[in-house]
Amino acid sequence: MNSLPRIRLEKRMDTPRWLSVATPILSVLAALLVIAIIFGLLGVNPLVAYGRIFTGAFGSAYGLSETVTKAIPLMLAGVGLVVAFRARVYNIGAEGQLLVGAICATGVALFVPGIPDGLRLPAMFVAGALGGALWALIPAVLKARLRIDEVLTSLMTVYIASELVNYLVYGPWKGPGEWGFPYTDKFPLAAQIPRIGITRIHYPTLILALLAAVLAYWLVQRTRWGFEIRVTGENPEAARYAGMNYLQTAMLVMALSGALAGMAGVGEVAGIHYRLRYPQGISPGYGFTAIIVAWLARLNPLGVILTSLLIGGLLVGGDAIQLAMGLPSATVYLFNGMILLFVLGGDLFTRYRIRMEFPGRAAAAPVRLEREEVG
Amino acid sequence: MSIWAYIFSVLQAAIPAGTPLVYGTLGEVTAERSGVVNLGVEGMMIMGAVTAFGVAQATGNAFLAIAAAALVGGLFALIHAFASITLRVNQVVSGLALTMLGQGISGMVGKRFIGMPPRVQLKPVPIPGLSDLPVLGPLLFQHDLLVYIGLLMVPVLWFLFYRTRWGINLRSVGESPATADAMGVNVFQVRYLAVFFGGLMAGVGGAYLSIVYAPAWIEGMTAGIGWIVIALTIFAMWDPVRGLLGAYLFGSVRVLQYRLQGLGISPPLLNMLPFILTILVLMFSAGEAMRKRLGAPAALMQPYTREER
Repeated sequence: MNSLPRIRLEKRMDTPRWLSVATPILSVLAALLVIAIIFGLLGVNPLVAYGRIFTGAFGSAYGLSETVTKAIPLMLAGVGLVVAFRARVYNIGAEGQLLVGAICATGVALFVPGIPDGLRLPAMFVAGALGGALWALIPAVLKARLRIDEVLTSLMTVYIASELVNYLVYGPWKGPGEWGFPYTDKFPLAAQIPRIGITRIHYPTLILALLAAVLAYWLVQRTRWGFEIRVTGENPEAARYAGMNYLQTAMLVMALSGALAGMAGVGEVAGIHYRLRYPQGISPGYGFTAIIVAWLARLNPLGVILTSLLIGGLLVGGDAIQLAMGLPSATVYLFNGMILLFVLGGDLFTRYRIRMEFPGRAAAAPVRLEREEVG
Repeated sequence: MSIWAYIFSVLQAAIPAGTPLVYGTLGEVTAERSGVVNLGVEGMMIMGAVTAFGVAQATGNAFLAIAAAALVGGLFALIHAFASITLRVNQVVSGLALTMLGQGISGMVGKRFIGMPPRVQLKPVPIPGLSDLPVLGPLLFQHDLLVYIGLLMVPVLWFLFYRTRWGINLRSVGESPATADAMGVNVFQVRYLAVFFGGLMAGVGGAYLSIVYAPAWIEGMTAGIGWIVIALTIFAMWDPVRGLLGAYLFGSVRVLQYRLQGLGISPPLLNMLPFILTILVLMFSAGEAMRKRLGAPAALMQPYTREER
């Protein structure tokens, strides 16, 4: 017989409130501890690195303003992903939807004449949201029509969008005034989102992001449609019996999350760069990082406000250690992956009690469990 | 050059270009046959690539480099195995985390290798006799050892899947773990092994990229190959033979991608090709699955607990 102790999961009837707050925090701390060990193995002093990350992100007015700046796209895209993930629709393509939003905004900013100055920015946001939504509908329609899993197709659309940006900035949209750089021309003043003082915080986008979080919370928790999203995600069978249309819900949440990611892209080109540039120049993976933001918030739209600021800080701190300690930009992915893994594992403690079973000893009374996938 | 000679030269180049996909796909087919989707292929591959390059630089031994890459790929896969089989967390997100982790660690480890000329090379080894065959000889039998091993894995896996006890256990665990368990199969052990094997294979696929195909270390050099593997697994209908054909199909596209640049087509547009083709391949597979009523292993993505019986 197998003599190794067996880990057994026992479903909790209800989760104590303190536990649902404590686990994400402890998960992040555990992840940071493991990353520190990896840093040590690679010859990077983890204490110095973490000190720089913290002071870089939160230690100065400049750092704080950059943290907020980077939280804006994460918040917008993250809120959309929360809604999609709640319905268990895995939109992994927010990065591509963000880029398409940036393309559409650039198109309106540079190539559509005759829009009054005051309407230029609103038109760009509308175009970006529509572009992002349509781009997200590619995997959604494939899922609805052909039952193709959306994880892969949404990811493929990221690569395609990224090459589309490259094509435009190296080709037809390359600005004559940019000395051969792969940039479009600079946006006119009416197409630039105002910022707070000398910071890069483009506050209208921030307000949109905060509004999106509040509206999404209301939508998911308080409306009939939100109820359908939750039921569909938690128990697709029950949703089907209740006559809810799963595929329609999937299409709608895809479009919604795509629209929000698209708006994040508008914010980046119109609030930060004032031009379309090569894809990594617009977004260092905000759409992927937003997945962690959503998961860390335990799929609560209001929680995204907090987690996007936290992860935004990590990005700023990551930039700081790259510059100061000569680490590659991929370091951020180490943080992303490890935190996601630990948050995922940590979720377990809120849903299950962990029991160790030792074969040979009398086992606890068998408890019948319902089938449930841990989210 | 006649059109046939051109097609031939593309196919000839497609075989090494498709070899990382062969390894990755055969590994993922095995893992998914046991009911576990591992979306971390991209991460395992890039870890294999950086490990192989590092070990090759340190030891000058290509086989040691490949073995180390396989091991690291396998160990990486065990993270996903523990998360998805033992802890029963969401397999999609866990695989995604694995990919990010691989990109991060490989980027940090590999920084010192950027721009280094490779110390080892895996030279083509023509197979005596077979390599003199007309057409087939130069197409299949004048490559390096890893190409042959990849090719050989196809009949080996086919035999294992369909003609051995071990294969029946693997497939039954993927179709109906409760039944398999009742028959005395250790579901957890089979799944752990299958996922570990998937990692070994992805690691070798990565090694092929960095010490044979490129050969160099470039940050993020897998560039989506790991994701194409996932699509190929579906296209292959979880069958090794179809996996091989799919991998070489994508190899051809990769070759064409470079050759068509010479005709003045914009590189970014050509770079879209493999990803557009992936979507088309998925559409084709979906249509075929509906017609023939084929499908994924029934217990794919479903964690198993004994208490549920």
